[in-house]
Amino acid sequence: MPRYPAPPNAPAKVRVVTLRIDGQDIGAREDESVLDVAAEHDIRIPTLCYLDGLSTWGGCRMCMVEIAGSPKLLPACSTQVAEGMEITTNSDKLKNYRRMILELLFAERNHVCSVCVSNGHCDLQDLAVECGMDFVRVPYRNAPYEIDSSHDLFRVDHNRCVLCTRCVRVCDEIEGAHTWDIMGRGVECQVITDLNTPWGESDSCTGCGKCVQVCPTGALVKKGTAAGEMEKRDDFLPYLTQMRGNR
Amino acid sequence: MSLEELQKIAAAAKVKAESYEHHVHVCMAASCQSCGAADIKTQLTETVKENGAEADIWVKGVGCMGLCSAGPLVRVESPADESEYLYQKVGTEDVSELYASIDGNPVERMRCQTEIPFFARQQKIVLENSGRIDPEQIDDYIAEGGYTSLVRALTGMSPQEVLREVSDSGLRGRGGGGYPAGLKWATVARSPAPVKYVICNADEGDPGAFMDRAVLESDPHRILEGMALAAYAVGAEYGYIYIRAEYPLAVERLKKAIRQATRHGFLGRQICETPFSFEIEIRLGAGAFVCGEETALISSIEGQRGQPSPRPPYPADEGLWDCPTLINNVETLANVPAIVREGGEWFQSIGTEKSTGTKVFALAGRIAHTGLIEVPMGITLREIIEEIGGGIPEGRKFKAVQTGGPSGGCLPEENLDMPVEYDTLRAAGSIMGSGGMIVMDETSSMVDVARYFMDFCMTESCGKCVPCRAGTFQMHGLLTKIARGEATAADLQLLEELCDVVRDTSLCGLGQTAPNPVVSTLRYFRHEYEEKLKTDSTDLEIVAS
Ligand SMILES: Cc1cc2nc3c(=O)[nH]c(=O)nc-3n(C[C@H](O)[C@H](O)[C@H](O)COP(=O)(O)O)c2cc1C
Ligand code: SF4
Repeated sequence: MPRYPAPPNAPAKVRVVTLRIDGQDIGAREDESVLDVAAEHDIRIPTLCYLDGLSTWGGCRMCMVEIAGSPKLLPACSTQVAEGMEITTNSDKLKNYRRMILELLFAERNHVCSVCVSNGHCDLQDLAVECGMDFVRVPYRNAPYEIDSSHDLFRVDHNRCVLCTRCVRVCDEIEGAHTWDIMGRGVECQVITDLNTPWGESDSCTGCGKCVQVCPTGALVKKGTAAGEMEKRDDFLPYLTQMRGNR
Repeated sequence: MSLEELQKIAAAAKVKAESYEHHVHVCMAASCQSCGAADIKTQLTETVKENGAEADIWVKGVGCMGLCSAGPLVRVESPADESEYLYQKVGTEDVSELYASIDGNPVERMRCQTEIPFFARQQKIVLENSGRIDPEQIDDYIAEGGYTSLVRALTGMSPQEVLREVSDSGLRGRGGGGYPAGLKWATVARSPAPVKYVICNADEGDPGAFMDRAVLESDPHRILEGMALAAYAVGAEYGYIYIRAEYPLAVERLKKAIRQATRHGFLGRQICETPFSFEIEIRLGAGAFVCGEETALISSIEGQRGQPSPRPPYPADEGLWDCPTLINNVETLANVPAIVREGGEWFQSIGTEKSTGTKVFALAGRIAHTGLIEVPMGITLREIIEEIGGGIPEGRKFKAVQTGGPSGGCLPEENLDMPVEYDTLRAAGSIMGSGGMIVMDETSSMVDVARYFMDFCMTESCGKCVPCRAGTFQMHGLLTKIARGEATAADLQLLEELCDVVRDTSLCGLGQTAPNPVVSTLRYFRHEYEEKLKTDSTDLEIVAS
């Protein structure tokens, strides 16, 4: 996973900049992302692939915002704040785009909420509600996907996967096992364990279950849960990364 | 190596060339080789030997001569009477007749007229040696003035002076984006980082494009010299050429060229007895189009999955292994030796104010002469298509010209008198791109064209971001529905909405430009879409309500 640590000769002192988000004047450190600064000031920008404690992926494009003077929309998660920025997070255009991105996600795989173990505890579902996406205009792709139940404790249901790569990142960056990765291109992309061997036969998986806890949907779940029963906890991550950083 | 030594090699090569009465050049680029050029060269060499004429006739394999559709091409030059004959579609059965003609009258049957605008209207900088020198012989390149720019720069110019020539030249990136090369070089040069890299982007993935391949196969030393000059200007010691594995001949010639250049001391440690060192390695791409995107290319060199990452940071600040990295296209770098040799001002005088120099295009489609051309910027599309390309065959009518491949657009008749420049093309809804140019006549359906390119983007999307991954899939589905005559006005509206979302929210250039073929054909040929719609009143009501 490409990571961009601060260059070795970066200035030690970080300046404070002032900017405006949705009309609100804000002061922030210049090395913070727009998303972090907005969150600190209770300005909610929808996200899906982003997770505090993991590297930034920038793939879901839910957090796109408008920045005055820039002809392009920019992702809040991977854009650093700068002096004088004027940011809009919720214009009609952005709302429409977010709805369309969610429609594309729902149509890409088979998200049948009523029978899903994560029903009611799903980030994708919550986003649809938050963004007012109540029907899907594009045709469903209806591609058949497998369910891999070979692991003793967990199950992966590719029908529910949104390819956010949270599992890939947590396994690589926090657990250090790098069991998960992605194969294929375009809509044919799929998360895999090891070199596309069944999860239960993976040599590298430690069975820690971090991937299950960070998965935003019902793609990675604990075995033995019934519809609507799978609640996840991904709030352990910031503590973990912070504790490790302090060591 | 000093300038004198270089001139000595060049003089020796010239003496050798002048000792022959006739020069027979056989094109040994991939396209002519695929129709049997290698056999023709072997047979010609043998015939010459059988007749004991080795001292008079020099049979030489050269690079691309441009008119690929007429290959295999053979050129016979006789410096004594200044005659030069180009033969097209030569077969092994023609060899004896061809040999017999060398001392006598040309074989009219196979002759290819070289006074036609296809040859006469071109202006060559990047391709100046292409089709004239043996790409596998470094002495041939040196004889044409090769490596003098590098030796002059290292022994007589500061890195800043080299950089200034490139800035003054107004050279813009030929890989598609058109970013000013001087600015990019200056960013890398400015960084105090101890380790920097130069990368030559030879991934060339646009369907139908083969400009970079031709340069690499015909004049590989030119790229090495361009890279070395770039490295000297920005302060890099290591370079990579990222080339797709589908170009085995280019890879082989590059490897050979690197070996020869290292042996001659143009690459390696302490080049020309100066403190400047520069080494080049080749990296093979496995054929993913997206690996031509600079951040994906860098990931791929690092051994990771070839997937773009957000910019900034730009490679010029944090590129390969987080070091400042200069990444330029093959054609961009191929211009550099000429710019350093002739000066930035000279280059700036060619082309137009904002688009200087020349551009190589791969001319294809419904046009009389297909192949590789190099023309000054600012030439009109009409001149390229009607004069150089020889117009549309079979008396058909011109309909559109596609530039820029899957990221570009289709331009109609009314835009033909537009000059070929980065900014005019963009304003008209297309882009310069890397140089693919496909001409379409009245028999082509614009919906099919848009669908073809969408199919390409859909299968080449890396899958990282949702709008490109799932959006191109849906757009392709809608275009298929329209092409089949099964779509409604609501579908067309949805398609247009998707164009906006995918363009505005995708992460990299692939997704951001994927809607271009659709948007441009909708802009100029909307009626072709509308004619295919079925009027279904119930669907229309749903949209209204
Ligand atoms: C999807 C995609 C594919 C690309 N493919 C190529 C390519 O094959 N060759 C190339 O030179 N540049 C390609 N580019 C452009 C590069 O990202 C980069 O801008 C270029 O190599 C810079 O060189 P230049 O400034 O000399 O043009 C591609 C860009 C995108 C978004
Ligand atoms: S735009 Fe397409 S190719 Fe580029 S990062 Fe996104 S999915 Fe990958």
